This record gives sequence, C-alpha cells and structure tokens, in this order.
Amino acid sequence: MSIRVYMDHGAGRSVDPRVLEAMKPYYTERFGNPASFHSEGFKTLEALNAARGSVAQLINADPSDIVFTSGATEANNLALLGAALRNRKKGSKVMRSAVEHISVINICKELFRDGFEVVECPVDETGVLDLAELERLVDDDTVLVTVMVANGEIGTLQPVRDAAELAHGHSALFHTDATAAAGQVPLDVKELGIDLMTLSSNDIYGPKGVGALYIRKGVRVKPHMIGGGQENGIRSGSENVPGIVGMGEAARLARQEMEAESKRLTALRDRLIEGVLAAIPESYLNGHPTERLPNNANIRFSYIEGEALILSLDDLGIQLSSGSACAAKTLEPSHTLLACGLKHEEAHGSLVFTLGKNNNLDQVEYVIRELPGVVERLRAMSPLTPEELR
Amino acid sequence: MYSEKVLEHFKNPRNVGELEDADSEGTVGNPVCGDMMTMYIKVKDDRIEDIKFKTFGCGAAIATSSMTTELAKGKTLDEALKISRKDVAEALDGLPPVKMHCSNLAADALHEAIKSYKEKTKNE
Repeated sequence: MSIRVYMDHGAGRSVDPRVLEAMKPYYTERFGNPASFHSEGFKTLEALNAARGSVAQLINADPSDIVFTSGATEANNLALLGAALRNRKKGSKVMRSAVEHISVINICKELFRDGFEVVECPVDETGVLDLAELERLVDDDTVLVTVMVANGEIGTLQPVRDAAELAHGHSALFHTDATAAAGQVPLDVKELGIDLMTLSSNDIYGPKGVGALYIRKGVRVKPHMIGGGQENGIRSGSENVPGIVGMGEAARLARQEMEAESKRLTALRDRLIEGVLAAIPESYLNGHPTERLPNNANIRFSYIEGEALILSLDDLGIQLSSGSACAAKTLEPSHTLLACGLKHEEAHGSLVFTLGKNNNLDQVEYVIRELPGVVERLRAMSPLTPEELR
Repeated sequence: MYSEKVLEHFKNPRNVGELEDADSEGTVGNPVCGDMMTMYIKVKDDRIEDIKFKTFGCGAAIATSSMTTELAKGKTLDEALKISRKDVAEALDGLPPVKMHCSNLAADALHEAIKSYKEKTKNE
C-alpha cells in the first residue's frame, strides 16, 4: 500500500525539515550549557534567547515571560497547579470549561483532591463556552479560570477574550491552553488579556518533548521542578537546547506561513466536510460550522462505531482518530462530544480529521471517494442500521 | 494492538447477516456501551446447522462475533453452550486486556440464542 493519507495531525506531527536542520548543530557542535561562563555556553545561551524571542513573537508576548517546558502537559501542570497553589489565599475555586484537554481535567481533579472546589462551565451543542453561565459561576472566591483557545477534537474556537474579562472582573487569573490553536489562528496575549498560555512545539511542527508556558509578568506560580533555578527559577533543569531551538524555529515559520497555510487548510476542510456529508446519508458535523480550527473536521456516522471505522480506513492508507470509547484507554466516549449533548451511541460513531502540511486536495478527494464504502460495509453488519440504509 | 487473526476476522468476517428462517436469536450488549450483537441460529437434529451474526461495535466485537460463528457451526447445542468467551479470545490468538469484557460478548449472544431455542422447543 503506497497511499498514505495522514489526517491525524492533532495526535502527532512531523518535524518541519527546516526545523530539524536548525536543531542539528545543537546536538553535535554547539552542545555547551547555557549557564556556562565560556564561549560555548554563550553560544547556546544566545540560541536559547533567540528561540524565546521567536516563541514570544508568535503570541505577542515579552520574551522574558516565556518558560520552556517538556511539553504542553507540563505547561498545563505548571500553570494550573502552580497558579492555584501559589494563590490559594485568594480563594478556593477553580473553574474550567467542560471541553478542556484531558490533562487539564486531570490536573483539576488533583486540585480537587488538594481541597479546591472545581467548577465546570458548560458549552452549547457546537462546543462554544456558555459565557452567561461563566458569568454566573465566577465569583470573588475564584482563583483561576481555564478555557482553551480551541478544542483539538471538535475544532470549536472559544471566546477567550470575553472569558478572560469575566475572570478578571473577580480578580481571578485566566489560563488558556493554546496547544491546538497556535500556528493556525493569530494569538495576542495582550489583546486577549491572557495571564497564562500553554503552547506545544510538536503542534507547530517542532520536535516532541518541548513546550512553553507564557506567564504574564507579575503572575506568580509555584515551581514544580526544583533544581538549579533555570528558566527564572520557575522550571529548573538544564535546558533542552536542541529542542528549544527547534520550537523557536517552528514558531518563527508558523508566524510567517500561518496566514497562507490556514487559508489553504480551511479550503481543504470545507471540501472534506461538504464532500463527506453529501456522499454519506445520516452523517453529521460535530462542533461549530464556522467558528472552528482551519484544520479540523469532526463527523459522526449513525449506527456504526469509530474504532471499526479507523481500522477499516487504515487498510486504505487513511489515518484518523475517533471519539469512540473503544478507541480510548478509558472505554468512555469523548467527554467533549458528551459535553456538546451527544448521546453515547452518537459519540461512538465519530471520526476526527485533523489536516496538516502534508495533506492536499487529491487526498481529500480520495477520502471522500473511499469513506462511503467503508461506512456502508459496517452499516450492513450493524443490527442498528434501519432497513432503508442496508 | 490486535493480533493478525483478529484483524483478519475483522476484515473478512465469516457468517455476517441475518438468517431469514432462523429458529432462534439472541442479542446482548447495547449501543450506549458501544457494543451490541445478535446471533441467529438454524437448528437441525439438535445441531447448529447454520449461524449468522450482526454486530455494532469495534474491531474486536466484530472479530469475536465472526470467530464465535465459526466455533459454533456444526456443534450440538450442548457443545455450543460450552463455548466460552475465553475460547473465543484464544481462538483469535488473544485480545487486548481492555477488550476482554466489553467487546467479547459474542459467546453470550450465542448462549442466549440456544437457551431461547431450548425454551421454545421444550413443550413441543
């Protein structure tokens, strides 16, 4: 099978070859420690600062407000645990949207075990945060509100600017997980009023194992990695210089190429959605019809189950994710789809398409051609399929 | 994550469909959990002469359904009642641990179909 149509960029991306080139010297030639007081150290310190600058530019932050981490999960930990624990005198309430990434949900569970009250703010059927409900829920006892910029599974963009304003109205901190959105939509921490923002390197075609947390000057977080005081004492440990250089280069390229690439992906996404919905009866779009990430399509098919769809499509060279329980470790269907009001049996039949640099129109047309046969085969096997669809 | 045999049965399932003149059928699971299957049997001289299935579910659910029909075909009703979930999993060279319970219901559906057949014919 020579066809390879990888549409699972939300799960993992390639490293841009230009990024890899930028990283290479820092493995073999420029391996000095940025903390060293000699020329080898100065060279890597300079590279570290340049990368910090590039990442800061992507979100209009000050370079000194960027802390590099081992990835988005660590950045979420540092942001949520760090800010809640450091500011617990302010109050005992932490608020999150119902469609946050699993790492944010589990960190909030940890805060609950530690004595915080965790409040979940609902979303509407397209996955958009219910701002009126947030306004009702947030109060002076709220330490922290976290709402992601966009959900990586259903693609829905959130009104983070308004949510941040509501949080600040009660002097609560506002964190946003921009993992899925960075590199696809413009982000400006100052304009949006963000206190803490999570970024991932691999999601902008940088290396895996690197991420960053934006911490607005004046916001205090409790460090969770104690050691030699690197990253302003907030995240100790000798810096992963090649990885950070890679993330910096990825951020620089993302900033340059985002506008054109997002336009291209939006056209592919819209053709994919329109083509699949037209070709397959009883298929429906999950998430918001327009306020969604340029690269995301999430479509559900009645009477069949997502893991069986993924396995069948993999045989045709098409790689995707699903919101199905069977494709998850927990055996629960996607909490995001359930939060949008879908029934369990509807959530089970969902496919997540996350497009990226390597996808083109030919691949989208290939998926539109092949998917109906796969759906039909599984529907023919299903006891739930009504007579007229068999 | 799946054995070659599971994938092979998923791609080319044996005995899929409904039996028009089935003597009995059994259904287990439900769509909320993500797995639901129906077994149809045709019985002659106390033997399973023909068997078919319909399954809503993941790859393991479809593969175990297919394997169950293969194991049951031609067996006497009492022999078929002895086919366990474990037998089905072993015949497929194993299943991932998380799939052992939720997706390995086909033997139960078979047992349901046989019990319902025995119930029906008891008074004849």
